[in-house]
Amino acid sequence: MSGQDHGDDGVSRRKVLECMTWAGTGVLWTVTGGVPRSLGIIDSAEAATAAAPGMTFLQISDSHVGFDKPANPNALGTLEEAVGKINAMPAKPSFMIHTGDITHLSKAAEFDNAERIISQTKLDVHYVPGEHDFIDEEVKLYRERYGRGTKGHGWYSFDAGGVHFVGLVNVVDLNAGGLGNLGAEQLAWLEDDLRGKSKSTPIVLFAHIPLWTVYPQWGWGTEDGGRALEYVKGFGSVTVLNGHIHQVMQKVEGNITFHTARSTAFPQPAPGAAPSPGPMKVEDTKLRSMLGVASINFKQNEQRLAIIDTPLQG
Amino acid sequence: MKMLNRRDFGLAVTAAILSPVTTARADDMDVHIDNFVFQPAELKIRTGTTVTWTNRDDIPHTVVSVGKFRSKTLDTNDKFSFTFTDAGDYKYFCSLHPHMTGMIKVE
Repeated sequence: MSGQDHGDDGVSRRKVLECMTWAGTGVLWTVTGGVPRSLGIIDSAEAATAAAPGMTFLQISDSHVGFDKPANPNALGTLEEAVGKINAMPAKPSFMIHTGDITHLSKAAEFDNAERIISQTKLDVHYVPGEHDFIDEEVKLYRERYGRGTKGHGWYSFDAGGVHFVGLVNVVDLNAGGLGNLGAEQLAWLEDDLRGKSKSTPIVLFAHIPLWTVYPQWGWGTEDGGRALEYVKGFGSVTVLNGHIHQVMQKVEGNITFHTARSTAFPQPAPGAAPSPGPMKVEDTKLRSMLGVASINFKQNEQRLAIIDTPLQG
Repeated sequence: MKMLNRRDFGLAVTAAILSPVTTARADDMDVHIDNFVFQPAELKIRTGTTVTWTNRDDIPHTVVSVGKFRSKTLDTNDKFSFTFTDAGDYKYFCSLHPHMTGMIKVE
């Protein structure tokens, strides 16, 4: 795998657009889009950068373990492939975040299977729930497994590598006709959590449903997400990582970078491109190019974190 | 009695055609969930009618009318039924995808 790949594959317009967002960071991963490849390029072309790699963590999302419909009859299998991809990365990430929809139907066996596969990365994993993780009768399986030490429905914060991470829950107490919801209690906690932090502290907010309004007609946004963004406005570097929409989407607005990760289970259509946001059936040969994980690299003194989306294939 | 609009008239006729043949549950009504939409989005029924929702999507949904009724999570082809004994307007939605809303008007 090397830089010459892109000459053979051709680079789709979309890929170029995805890459352009990060052109300002000067990292040369952009043409190939894959972590192993881009690190290879960095090794050869930007030795200085490689020598100070900063902190890298991974984002995995929407594994939907238990999903077996035509869009991907074996979601557990593709999760396993994603884990294989992670284990093959030349530089071991510091940890991983999972932005929800671990399971498809919140069944105990689905949580168990997800854990069995994801634990093979031997990485610490910080989870936030998706709406699919809260649909068991008693709504307890997610919290039993991942809720320890969290507040409310499962929100929390932690520090790593000089970055302040905040995991938020926006899939509970949703209102008819509305979008994702954080709620007053969580927002008050967030305001308090950020209080007193130096404005130079890089902030990463992660939650399942996008905190920004992607496409309200499909519920792709968070009703009171703007309130959360108000609280981080004064910070120099803010990165918002989400899942839920099963496709890569990026936006930079002032000091805030928004990014959604691919699913490891099935793709969903671009906003408005289909009658509904349901699972999108693509040709078998194309499926793995639409699934994947994201790798996020943070370097001291760089305002933006570099986000690299790696498809399972292609 | 209120005039029936054309669509409601169609539903009423459908119910009338089905009703004599089967049992006492003759005026039961169906709502389908297709492509993240309740169809029909609004249904007018008489008290005593049972409405059955069927999820025909590849994604689970719920049927929730706050304070009135709440289905379990409906996986593909799962059904939920509720019998409306009191007149009134019942707004409902999918608690997983709250942009999905519907209405049952019971007279």
